[in-house]
Amino acid sequence: MIEIIVSLFILLGALFMLLGSVAIIRLPDTYTRVNAATKASTLGVIGTMVAVFLYFLFAKDILSGKILLTIIFVFMTAPISGLMIARSAFHNGVPFWDKNKHNDLKVHLEKKQKVNQNS
Amino acid sequence: MALQILLNIGLALVWMLLNDSFTLVDFMIGYLIGVGLLYVLRRFLEFDYYFTRVIAIFKLIYIFIKEMILANLKLAKIVISPKMDINPGIIAYETKLETDWQKTLLASLIGLTPGTLVTAFSDDETIMYVHHVDIEDKQEAIDSIRNNFEKTILEVTDNV
Repeated sequence: MIEIIVSLFILLGALFMLLGSVAIIRLPDTYTRVNAATKASTLGVIGTMVAVFLYFLFAKDILSGKILLTIIFVFMTAPISGLMIARSAFHNGVPFWDKNKHNDLKVHLEKKQKVNQNS
Repeated sequence: MALQILLNIGLALVWMLLNDSFTLVDFMIGYLIGVGLLYVLRRFLEFDYYFTRVIAIFKLIYIFIKEMILANLKLAKIVISPKMDINPGIIAYETKLETDWQKTLLASLIGLTPGTLVTAFSDDETIMYVHHVDIEDKQEAIDSIRNNFEKTILEVTDNV
């Protein structure tokens, strides 16, 4: 019984990691790809780590805190790396996809520049 | 609140000593018993029972996991569908949160949800520039963050 649950979680994690890698190829520009690259890990890592945790808990009778810490560490670092990649891409002028509709950040920066020039 | 948590950990340690076994499982059992004791004795404690806040934290985790699974499925649908029919873009999101700690938590939660990503902060740190992979309606995208994450974060960290 426990094997079935563990393998379900492993498969789920692997599936989301696969979808993440497909997303890196298919999405159109850097900013959308950062999403795929940093966040394919979230559900993928949760799935795999929960499976490992359950396996050790029920099959080996070990409650392993290390595995839960892995989830927390991935969760702490993923958003920061995503923010830094997207931010540096924006400030280096990496182009957006041509179907991009809203760009409030660009509007904001242009407004700020105008204020700086006037003063 | 800090004193109560310390008391709770102390009770867990006493439980471990009484059982003469020092494992994580025993610590957790002791901690849960301590929570129960504090709940029974909450009338005699001069401060608020801190566990109401812990319940709020669990609510935040539940909302986050729910949102993450929904967003993951949405993104998976976009990736698999043969035509790339999406409208990516950056939306300004004005936050009502005040302390740095709350803003960091909100930005991390937005960053962990697939499909959304904080790209930059404004200089006074009241506006976040959130990149969305697919925007159907601008106001709807803003409201979904406001009603889910921001409301619960306020509940967790209110009056600290």
